[in-house]
Amino acid sequence: MNNKMLKNYAINLAVVILIFTGLMGMMATGMLNKYHQGIIIFILINVILASSLNLVTGFLGQLTLGHAGFMAVGAYASALFSVALKGQMPNLLLLIISLIIGGIAASIVGIVIGIPALRLRGDYLAIITLGFGEVIRVVINNIKITGGAQGLTGIPRIASFQSAFWIAALVILVLYRLTHSKQGRAILSIREDEVAAEAVGVRTTYYKVLGFAIAAGFAGVGGGLYAHYIAFLDPNTFGFMRSVEILVIVVLGGMGSLTGTIVAATVLTILPEALRGFSDFRMLLYSFMLIVMMLFRPQGLFGTGEFSWQTLYDRTKLVHSALRKREKRGGIDGSTGSK
Amino acid sequence: MALLEANNISIQFGGLKAVDNFNLQINDKELVGLIGPNGAGKTTVFNMLTGVYMPTEGDIALDGRSIVGKKPYEIVKMGASRTFQNIRLFKELTVLENIKIAYHHDLHYSTLSSILRLPSFWKYEKLAEEACLEFLDIFEMREYADTLAKNLPYGKQRKLEIARALATKPKILMLDEPAAGMNPQETHELMETISLIRKNFNIAILLIEHDMSLVMGICEKIVVLDYGKVIAQGTAEETKNNKDVIRVYLGE
Ligand SMILES: Nc1ncnc2c1ncn2[C@@H]1O[C@H](COP(=O)(O)OP(=O)(O)OP(=O)(O)O)[C@@H](O)[C@H]1O
Ligand SMILES: [Mg+2]
Repeated sequence: MNNKMLKNYAINLAVVILIFTGLMGMMATGMLNKYHQGIIIFILINVILASSLNLVTGFLGQLTLGHAGFMAVGAYASALFSVALKGQMPNLLLLIISLIIGGIAASIVGIVIGIPALRLRGDYLAIITLGFGEVIRVVINNIKITGGAQGLTGIPRIASFQSAFWIAALVILVLYRLTHSKQGRAILSIREDEVAAEAVGVRTTYYKVLGFAIAAGFAGVGGGLYAHYIAFLDPNTFGFMRSVEILVIVVLGGMGSLTGTIVAATVLTILPEALRGFSDFRMLLYSFMLIVMMLFRPQGLFGTGEFSWQTLYDRTKLVHSALRKREKRGGIDGSTGSK
Repeated sequence: MALLEANNISIQFGGLKAVDNFNLQINDKELVGLIGPNGAGKTTVFNMLTGVYMPTEGDIALDGRSIVGKKPYEIVKMGASRTFQNIRLFKELTVLENIKIAYHHDLHYSTLSSILRLPSFWKYEKLAEEACLEFLDIFEMREYADTLAKNLPYGKQRKLEIARALATKPKILMLDEPAAGMNPQETHELMETISLIRKNFNIAILLIEHDMSLVMGICEKIVVLDYGKVIAQGTAEETKNNKDVIRVYLGE
């Protein structure tokens, strides 16, 4: 690890801790009330869901429309576990084990669906994943153990802002590291040109399924967090529209940009809430903003790049030196260096 | 035993027999040209040799092992790599990343070591960085290491695609019309690149080309394809004077 990277890690860690303590402070002093706190937790859950989908859609380049299905599997698997074992171990441990179980369950379903589905591309893949997502919802709706259409109650409310924050941070860290490795390069090469990737020896099927399984697993973790914050599960909240919402965050933030996803998840979770005052026009305004966004910045807020403090610093330095140069030259007599 | 051997391979697309009873032998370090008019079936031969298509008949052996039915990435691992007629680069990635992707078989670390950033990750990433930069040096492309592939000039894009194919450490390199779309200057540079490869890498090359004069100058052996059939095979001198070849290239 070289110095520059170490410095970047340190800066990022400091910023994360700063945000965390800042938010904690605002909650303790009552600047952020329970309602605000709920919105923040939803932001964090959306960060987890959207960043995991970004791995498949942004980095791997495969359009899928069934992410809410994996969220549902994770939510139900983890909730069923914690319902059975609540009170028998400390809450934090129970939450962690439940989320791991939710993640693994979703990941297994992801592999089972991914192996046949990932043979398809483009629209076909989108449609088949949409179908699988709906199948998952219908199954949950019709079996006994999940509570069927009545929903699942009695889930311990053990997820908090703290746990949601650190789990989201961990998910982002894992995704960042994964995408910046040989596996990440292989995944990107599939997005860029699948035929060329195979022609230089990339095991495309393996990496597609790997990406899909990891994304499904994290969607499951996001679902688990949701279950243990809301404490009640209704299968119909995991429908097609939910998948689309997650996809919209990814597209708005930028395909292949994790930092973009974080920003977009924040904006798109707050926006509908902030627009509540406009009641009927709320969804209209929301859609309108998305359309404007897609017209003027179709590559998303961050494109495919990541925000980094180093780049920001370099850029401001560049601007500064440019300004200073102009000052020095001054006035009209600014011809430089031409003989 | 020849390095690459195609025995009586044919492929049928519906009613069209795109390649019919094709035979080819390439020995170690040999430079063989595959020529023929438009639609003769040259690219289709490549696609069969690299596992993109499966021949409907016949057998292909690389280093004595059959490759029929193997996936393209398995064939790359066995030692055959290629470029494409219409360049296929990882456009939004840098030149260095393009090379690193082709180099990834030599990087032995697991997904878990990536996530945990274990020592094996750092060790092999450092190796990849150094080896791939050195590799770019051979092709005098280090200065472009951080340039996005799509921003390279045309000739350099071709060069990068060839370098990327070589980074998989093949025993045989297959180039599909590398000079297509190039101006004379770029074609000249391409010829230099090919002789550079012959000097620095001990590998065989199979070269598809449209332009007879280009192939005649450098290839030890030439195979001429027309309507999916081999119509001539031999040295440049022999093929040049073959009456079938003259007919195909110069008209009746
Ligand atoms: N996947 C396919 N399905 C159907 N026909 C195909 C397919 N691939 C190639 N062909 C046909 O096979 C014939 C040979 O095509 P091929 O691309 O191999 O020619 P080529 O010699 O490479 O020509 P060019 O010099 O134009 O590149 C053509 O008639 C083409 O239309
Ligand atoms: Mg061709």
